[in-house]
Amino acid sequence: MDYILEMRNISKRFGEVEALRQVNFAVARNEVVGLVGDNGAGKSTLIKIVTGYYQPDSGEVYFNRQKVEGLSVAEARQLGIETVYQERALADLQTLWRNIFMGRELTTHFGFLDAKMMKQETEKLMIESMGFTSTAVAPDSVVRTFSGGEKQGVAIVRALHFDAELIILDEPTMGLSLSETRKLLEFARGIKRAGKSCVFIDHNVFHVYSVADRVVVLDRGAVAGEFLTRDITVDQLVDKMYRVAQTGSLD
Amino acid sequence: MTSRVEGLAEAANQRQSWQDSLTRFARTYGLQIGIICVFLAIWALFILGAPRTFLSPQIYAAYMSTIPFFAVMALPLTMVIIAGEMDMSFPSIMAIGTLVFVNVFEATGNVVPAFVLCLVAGFLVGLLNGIIVVKLRIPSLVATIGTQFFWRGAVLVITSGKPASLVPVKGTIFRQALVGRLAGYVPAQMIWTVFVAVLVWVFLNRHRFGAHVYLVGDNEDSARLMGVNVDRTRMLVFAIVGLAAAFGGILSSLEVSYFWVTLGEGYLLRTLAPVFLGGTSVFGGTGTILGTFVGCFIIGAIEAGIVAIGLTGFWTQLIYGLIIIISVSMHAALSRRLE
Repeated sequence: MDYILEMRNISKRFGEVEALRQVNFAVARNEVVGLVGDNGAGKSTLIKIVTGYYQPDSGEVYFNRQKVEGLSVAEARQLGIETVYQERALADLQTLWRNIFMGRELTTHFGFLDAKMMKQETEKLMIESMGFTSTAVAPDSVVRTFSGGEKQGVAIVRALHFDAELIILDEPTMGLSLSETRKLLEFARGIKRAGKSCVFIDHNVFHVYSVADRVVVLDRGAVAGEFLTRDITVDQLVDKMYRVAQTGSLD
Repeated sequence: MTSRVEGLAEAANQRQSWQDSLTRFARTYGLQIGIICVFLAIWALFILGAPRTFLSPQIYAAYMSTIPFFAVMALPLTMVIIAGEMDMSFPSIMAIGTLVFVNVFEATGNVVPAFVLCLVAGFLVGLLNGIIVVKLRIPSLVATIGTQFFWRGAVLVITSGKPASLVPVKGTIFRQALVGRLAGYVPAQMIWTVFVAVLVWVFLNRHRFGAHVYLVGDNEDSARLMGVNVDRTRMLVFAIVGLAAAFGGILSSLEVSYFWVTLGEGYLLRTLAPVFLGGTSVFGGTGTILGTFVGCFIIGAIEAGIVAIGLTGFWTQLIYGLIIIISVSMHAALSRRLE
């Protein structure tokens, strides 16, 4: 199997809490993997290890078959891993263009900003990808004035802009309206069509089921099971998740 | 008929777009325009209250000689506040930096190593603030109150409280370059202040470092998640203020050719006040160099202005305090309204 991301025996503890226990997790090229599980199952911890935000206590991470160690967030983004975080990861008081290029600013030399280029790119992204047509929004607009859906749009466009190979969507439908959610699911399918890979994390099993090729169920820091969506109905999946939450086992 | 409706719609659209740009302009530059208006209003008030003083060139020469001593610190301090931190220790760094200058100069008789080591000392002492804040996760307000006392104490212990003369430096080009008079009128320290302002502005607005300063102060978690080196950015802003404080200490000591062990005392309020007056948010994430620059002149003008319009010098502290409270509250109220 051609894996873009492979994690082996990942463990992570925070003081007394064992967040992840010997987790194996992989994403194949051009695959959409749904990651589901209850609150505190370890979904966010797992993906924050992928993005370089946390370091695992033990275990190995391979990206494009290359072993990566001591990964920082900046390095992970260089490798082509972009994330749309649950908390959006925006700076509300800053302008749109500064948010788009947060942490990956375009520079000329000696670290001086290429502000003109960044504004132009933002303008382009707004028209082509975000569908912002209102004159109330410009590259110089402050993000604080945006609606929840618009903010999510900014976070998504940011992940798209850098031509990531693996896009992680962490609870992307949270706080979105019905039509915004539909747009988001369509976007996740678009990642697949573009030949890229995606990890889709959501509380809502129906959302995950509708976009994922494979679903991985995490429970209390360990993988409880995984299913190809073509082998299982959504009702069976929901059923299994209930059972996991109550008994800790799938069957 | 349809074309007329379309024409109207287009006109309305254009008006809307024009209004949106105006709103954006007001949001972006409102505070800066506001502070310039405040400056002009206070100036007019002083000219009306004491025309003889404020219409003569001498008062402006005096301003340009004294305002730089705190302006060169207030400008980089703006970055600390934007980063959501606070520094209370720079008055003591003025003293410890200048003490390094005095000692190295006495030992070597050369101003160049003395000056370089003075700046390095300021940078390192500032960096230490940053390390305490970042690595030990002590709130910067508390950490820098601690280091403020520590470095003041260090100066007192090392000198046994004895001041030192800087008269031997008096004839040097070095002193001329830092605090001499250009064309017999413009103090060199004023030129340096403008230089510092431009430098800080460029780094804050047109460099990756400055972009990260804003991001760290705005939303630390977001910055971290997106790969900004939050810790390094924090430590650096403290180090830069340390460096600037050593520079400010040298400027003010050279001006009077004397190093007092109490150097820096009285600078805390008048350096912080212009930053807040200039519209930098006490909560971090926003602030401008232009605001602080103009704020420095307002604060500098007030001290002389108070006396010139007939109040006693006792009023200065009260008015500084009032300015800090009013500007911070106004900023908080304004930003709530914009939400």
